[in-house]
Amino acid sequence: MSHATPADPARSTTPGRVYLDNGGRAPWHPLARQAFEQSLADGWADPRRLHAEGRRAARLLDAAREAIAAVLGARTQEVHLTPGHTASLHAAVASAAAARRRAGSAVVVGAVERAAVLHAARLAGGGSAGAGGVAGTGGSDGTAEAPGPVPVDRFGRVDAEAMAVAVRAPGVALAALQHANGEVGTLQPVGAVHDAARAAGVPLLVDAGASVGHVAVPDAWDLLAADPADWGGPAGIGVLAVRQRVRTVPVGPEDEDPWAPGGVSVPLAFAAAVALQAVESDRVAQEARRRALVERVRAEVARIPDVEVVGDPDGRLPHVATFSFLYVDGEALVTELDRHGFAVGSGSACTASTLEPSHVLAAMGVLTHGNVRIALDRSTTADEVERFLAVLPGAVARVREMLGVGGL
Amino acid sequence: MSDTLVDARGLRCPLPVIRLAAAAKDLPAGTELTVLSTDPAAKHDVPAWCRMRGHEHVGTREHRAGGSRDEDWDGWAVTVRLG
Repeated sequence: MSHATPADPARSTTPGRVYLDNGGRAPWHPLARQAFEQSLADGWADPRRLHAEGRRAARLLDAAREAIAAVLGARTQEVHLTPGHTASLHAAVASAAAARRRAGSAVVVGAVERAAVLHAARLAGGGSAGAGGVAGTGGSDGTAEAPGPVPVDRFGRVDAEAMAVAVRAPGVALAALQHANGEVGTLQPVGAVHDAARAAGVPLLVDAGASVGHVAVPDAWDLLAADPADWGGPAGIGVLAVRQRVRTVPVGPEDEDPWAPGGVSVPLAFAAAVALQAVESDRVAQEARRRALVERVRAEVARIPDVEVVGDPDGRLPHVATFSFLYVDGEALVTELDRHGFAVGSGSACTASTLEPSHVLAAMGVLTHGNVRIALDRSTTADEVERFLAVLPGAVARVREMLGVGGL
Repeated sequence: MSDTLVDARGLRCPLPVIRLAAAAKDLPAGTELTVLSTDPAAKHDVPAWCRMRGHEHVGTREHRAGGSRDEDWDGWAVTVRLG
């Protein structure tokens, strides 16, 4: 742990470092820190108790849900707080599918959903939770009791027609489609899929964990999960909105709060809500600023030989850029960039704990090795992006040189 | 049957693709090559390499130890035709 004092108290990366791996875990918004400290003082008590301290905490918690609901376009009572984004997705899939047991147990998912959704869908559908990896498209696991994931195109966009057909099949309990893919940035056709799901009487879970706080929140959902850690709020708290018309059945042991057994941390909830209000207040300006930077990154990276810049060029998140370099070892490239002061993400297999590469890149049919993913924070500057672009071609060339791939 | 076999079993990504590209380097268009790989990334990356280099992905066959063909390794045989 470094205790150096950075210029911006909200960011505690070492001076000289450039942190470009902000997807799913961005630095706290400065106002979130303030809100957290305030609610540590005022909201430390258990909000379920009836004394003055408990009621004060409960008021902060109610205020947090109200503020989050306003941004999501939901009613306050539709917004539930959970222990985190993965927990939101697990609970949403399990509870919504359980409520439709009579219709069936199959959960229709896009091929590039988060692993948490794919695993929860498999479990709800009767498959074993941990077996196998996450299948991409065209898998040959001939066991056809559950429908396979709906395929995506080369940009990672789900085939809305195929998903519409899939939700109309008998035995479907729930459909799940992300608002945007956090790995490659591509926006999904949630409007069209929601229309199809509604016509079929199937509720739609929208994972907006990569998009809320960055682009406008869609209104095409029955259940919507959003991730405070992605928008500059704390980790350890999640948001799940469930429309009042949608039936859910708690799947765990009985608890006063089935979405967060035992309750959530009030300071975390309050900080998450304040961060969301703060990022919404200048979202449009931040969206335009970061979109311009990402367009510059995508254009510059495309000039490096043998690279695939992946994801939809237009219908995309404003702050995410992803590319794969042919003949490059992803782990070596991440390490090389890290050595030069740049923290980036990667979907290459050699950077993961498993042998399997990113199921997202695999489903898109793009190169999975040599992959680099950057997600720009609101605090990322144009100068930092330029410095990254200045270093990247040399880093790629050095890794290729190590592998002796000149002329291939 | 392929004209050339590239055995990249036991190698991690991106080495199977690199071995394949090296073997393909001086071969004429129309040549078929098959790369054997135990790394799951190869079954995605060889077709992507074909697309980037103007070759054709002919097919991918999964090998399973103890399977019906009496093979003794787990992995994939990916066949390409040079463009």
